Parts: sequence; structure tokens; C-alpha cells
Amino acid sequence: MLLVLIDTDEDGVPGPGTDDLLAVAHGTGLPVHAVVIGTVPDGLPAECVHRIRHDLLSGYAPEAYGESLAQLVTRAGPAGLLAAATERGDEVLAQAAARAGVPLATRCVALRPGDPWSLTRLRSGGVLLEDAELSAPVAFATVAPGAAAGAETPAATGTPEIVDFTPELDPALARTRVVERVPRAEGVSLATAPVVVSGGRGVGSAEGYAVLEELADLLGGAVGCSRVATNNGWRPHRDQVGLTGTRIAPDLYIACGISGATQHWVGCMNARTILAINTDPEAPMVTRSTYAVVGDLHEVLPALVDALRARVRGSGHAPPAGVSARSET
Amino acid sequence: MSTADDPARRDVLVCVKRTPAVGARITLTEDRMAIDTRHLGFTVGPHEECAVEAAVRIAEEHRAGGGTARVTVLTVGPPDAAEQLRYTLAMGADDGVLVEVPTEELAPEPTAASITAAVRAAADGGTRYDLLLFGTDSAVAGNAQAGIRVARALGLPMVTGIKGMEIDGEGVVLHRETPGGNEVYRVPLPAAVGVKEGINLPRYPTIKGRMRARKAELRTVPGRTEPGGLRTVGLRCPREDRPETVVLGTGAAAVPAVVEKLTELGVL
Ligand SMILES: Cc1cc2nc3c(=O)[nH]c(=O)nc-3n(C[C@H](O)[C@H](O)[C@H](O)COP(=O)(O)OP(=O)(O)OC[C@H]3O[C@@H](n4cnc5c(N)ncnc54)[C@H](O)[C@@H]3O)c2cc1C
Repeated sequence: MLLVLIDTDEDGVPGPGTDDLLAVAHGTGLPVHAVVIGTVPDGLPAECVHRIRHDLLSGYAPEAYGESLAQLVTRAGPAGLLAAATERGDEVLAQAAARAGVPLATRCVALRPGDPWSLTRLRSGGVLLEDAELSAPVAFATVAPGAAAGAETPAATGTPEIVDFTPELDPALARTRVVERVPRAEGVSLATAPVVVSGGRGVGSAEGYAVLEELADLLGGAVGCSRVATNNGWRPHRDQVGLTGTRIAPDLYIACGISGATQHWVGCMNARTILAINTDPEAPMVTRSTYAVVGDLHEVLPALVDALRARVRGSGHAPPAGVSARSET
Repeated sequence: MSTADDPARRDVLVCVKRTPAVGARITLTEDRMAIDTRHLGFTVGPHEECAVEAAVRIAEEHRAGGGTARVTVLTVGPPDAAEQLRYTLAMGADDGVLVEVPTEELAPEPTAASITAAVRAAADGGTRYDLLLFGTDSAVAGNAQAGIRVARALGLPMVTGIKGMEIDGEGVVLHRETPGGNEVYRVPLPAAVGVKEGINLPRYPTIKGRMRARKAELRTVPGRTEPGGLRTVGLRCPREDRPETVVLGTGAAAVPAVVEKLTELGVL
């Protein structure tokens, strides 16, 4: 039996990566039991739901969550414990693994039970795959969002039985616990924008991004950037696309003056279409993109913005719906 | 609270990892067990570089308030990782500790055991760290657990993914971004923190800093090398099935073709 941690928000809505997690868990062929800390979502494809309840678990608390999971593993005796490889999933499973004294394989895309388990995991943000073997009394692993892309999400086959579990938690664990939550401001977020207009070293200055913002506005999208732009203080870090920035999968990614180093590429490689604007026809961003314009972005972008503005005026239509993604630098 | 015999002193330990600075394509060694680093430069992982900056700022602030402070940077790595330690000294760290192991990539369990042993040895020598800083995850392996294992072994609270940090009289306030907004934690010291890039803009070392770092003496101690529970069988590059690039044109003359393509794609 596999225990699968389903992370939910306050309303019991499963977090990102849950479908991939469930698909990979069911793909092992082992019976799947869900673990939920909080409200149990409807329609979980699991034989049984272990609902962990304790006063210290009323808000997100990495140590108390990890300790609870380690205790549940001792109680339920599963073959493995899985979670989505989100920041939270990786953190909680690392806490649980450290407490259970077992290894942890993060960011897996395939898992095959056995002795040892064999698995494939993402490295370097996904530009490399690592085939590995996990030897452990219980296999602890996190599943990369997107791991089961294309596979069907397993359907629920009835209402799972709910079993309550109350861990014994030292009140000292309350020291790592969310004490305040600040909801995100409205607007197109980089992570979910359908179009991202991104600029790198080629933009040359903070002011240079004005035309990228204008283009993003016209396309109902958000502005992104490479690490060179954040390091130079041209853009805030939350705009950074890549390994240590945000990983995005927009319908269209327009990369202006970005070379396409691996650490940037992993952030945008899941875009459906990529348009590169670059003076260098040999730049990896150009050779890997769907479409390219070879040229100076300082010439191409203003001309493009003019053409789009003229079109909007000509048609009498407003630009596509979408809020300005102007960033308050 | 701090170094046993001097309560006005603040000690921060930052654990950093040497990272190959790969370019557009990654080449593997012949046995496919590692990244071929023969023609690559190395760098400090970006999350960790920000952790060093955070530590140096904490120390500067503490000194400005009349206290004493020390930033120690530790790396578990091969002898060449001394280069990355010197970089952090040039940024303003005070001491460098190289926990030497014969490999670039050590499993998370021995890494954590090596760091834990070093922290315990420091405690035996009278240095108790107020704060242990780590990068949230390392750039290549992405195991995201060494810091948490150290914190667990030492009984310290730890929160990862931190993009904001302030020390006050009661402990440290930590800020973390989530898809739904921001979370705030308040953690007592001593504590461990997993820092993320974006918490600050790391400084470039000054010439003076570099000169000082070049001459600085690093402490080298042996690390643990037992294998972890995860054994690499081989690395590979995933198949890229992108079609050939269609060049829409050159310079501003390409604009009509771009507009047509944007219309076709349905974004206009
Ligand atoms: C561990 C690690 C993590 C990293 N994480 C990230 C990350 O998350 N995100 C990220 O982006 N990077 C990351 N990097 C940095 C990455 O390796 C590259 O250094 C960075 O992405 C390069 O940014 P760039 O493409 O803007 O600049 P460059 O590589 O300098 O490329 C600039 C490009 O602009 C073109 N150009 C110049 N002028 C013009 C012009 N006028 N018009 C059109 N084109 C022009 C050039 O031909 C060139 O292709 C990381 C590095 C490391 C080591």
C-alpha cells in the first residue's frame, strides 16, 4: 500500500501537481491510500483516506506535518509515502524522512516498486533525467508536477473510507508554523499568464523594459526576465524565469535578447510556442524556439508595438482581456 | 544568546554548494554518471549566494549596533570547492570551512551528517551558531533536504523557501511566497533557514575583499562519505522533440510576419 499526501488549501481544494501525483501513485500498481491534513476533498481516487487531526495542524507547520507523517508511516506500515514535489511537498517529506531516518527521492517522474525501488527523477530543473535506485524500508518520494502529462487522471471508484489519525505532537513543534497570511494582489501573475514577454541582457537597462510591458499589455500577458536582468537590478526577482526563478508553461513565450542558457531554458521549455528575438541567429534560444526574428530587439519591439496598436485602432476593438501586468519596480 | 562565553556576539553559519556553471547544453561524462565539468566554470549556488549576503548583512547590522558578529561559510565538497569558499570570503564572510569529500555530488544523508558533525565540533570549541543558513535546494541535484536533515539532527526549527528575513529581540521573522500569497513565520533562535534567491541582491566582491580572501586561511576537515539510500544508475538528457525553428524575418521588416503568426496563434 502507498500513502499519498494530498496537499489542500483552506477550502480543501487539492494543490498543484495532485493529478500527476495520483497518476504516478496508481501507476505503481500498489493500492493507494490518501493522507489529508485538514478538509478531505471530494472524489479522491483512493481506497482509504487517513485524516490527520491535531490542534497544532490547524495552519501549515512543516515540522508538525513531518512528524505527523512519520508517525502515520509507523502506524500504517505502507510500502511508500509520496507527495507532490512542490516547495511544500518537498519540505514536508524531507521533515518526515529526517524523522523516520530514511532516504528521500525528490522530483520523481517515474516510480517502480521493488527491492530496491527503481525511479527516474529530474535534475538541473528537468534538463537532465536521473535513473536511480532507492533502497529503504519505506520509499519516500515526491512526484514532479507534469510527471504524468498526457496520462489519464485515475477516477474515483466510490467513496473512500475515512480513518482519523491523531499524532502525538510536542507543543515545541509549533515554533515553525504560519503566523500570518498575506493574500496575493490581483493581476496577471507570471506563473499563469497565457503570454509572457521576457527580456534578458539584450534589453540593456531597466527603462528598456517599457516596450516589453507595452507589448505584454497588448497581448494580455505578463513580463518575465532572465537572471542577468534581476542581477542588474533591472527587474524584481519575482519576474525571473528559470531554475531559481519561476517555471512557466504559457501558450506563447516571447524571449527578447535572451541567450537560452540551460538554467533559463528549464523555466520556459514547457511553453507551447516560443518566439525568440535575438541578434544572434546561433543563440540556443533561437535554435530551440518555434519562431524567431533575427534582429535588434530595440528595433523589432517598437515596430511590433506600433503595428499592434494600429490594428487595435483600425478594428475599433479593445486589446484582448487581461489585466496589465505592469510590475511595480 | 550566542557563543557560549559572549552573549553579545552573533554567529551565523552558511552552508554553500559548489555548482557547475553549465551553458546551453549539458554534456555527460562517458559513464553517464555525472555532468562533464572539464570545460566548465563553477559557482556558488544562487540560493546560497543570497544566504551568504543575508548573513553578511546580519553581521554588519549587529556590529553597527555595537555587538560582535562572525559569519562562517562551510562547504562539503572536493578540494577545489575552496575557490567557492574564497568567493564568499570576498563577499564579506569571516571564516571558511571546507568539509572535504572526494566527490562533487554527495548524497544528502552524508552531506547532512558532515555538516552536523562540523556544527557539533564548533559547539565543543565554544561557538554556538544563532542561525544556520542553507539554500532551499541545490541547483544540480535538487534534493532539497540536506538543511532539513541537519536541523532535525540538531533539534533546530527550520523553514525553507524564505524570501524575507528579519531578526528582532524575540527571534527571526521569515517570509515565504506561496501560489496563494505570502506566509509569515516567527521562529525562535537558534534556528535554521532555507533561503531562496530573491531575498536580496548579493553584492559583488570588492578588489579589497578578493585580496583578503586570497590570503585567508581556510579550515579543512574530513567529511563523511558513506553512500545514501538513493544510488544513481545513470544520467540522460530527455528527448527534445521541437520542430525546426521557423525564421520569420530579420529586423523590423519581420513585423508583418510576426503579427500574422500572433493572429494564427490566437493571441490577437
Ligand atoms: C545555478 C544557476 C542557476 C541559474 N538560474 C537562472 C534562472 O533561474 N534564470 C535565468 O534566466 N538564468 C539563470 N542562471 C543564469 C544563466 O546561466 C545565464 O547566465 C542567464 O540566463 C543569461 O541571461 P541572458 O540570456 O539574459 O544573457 P546572455 O547570456 O548574456 O545573453 C544575451 C542574449 O541577448 C542577445 N542580444 C544582445 N543584444 C541584443 C539586442 N539588442 N537585441 C536582441 N538580442 C540581443 C545576445 O545575442 C544573447 O543571445 C543561472 C545560473 C546558474 C549557474
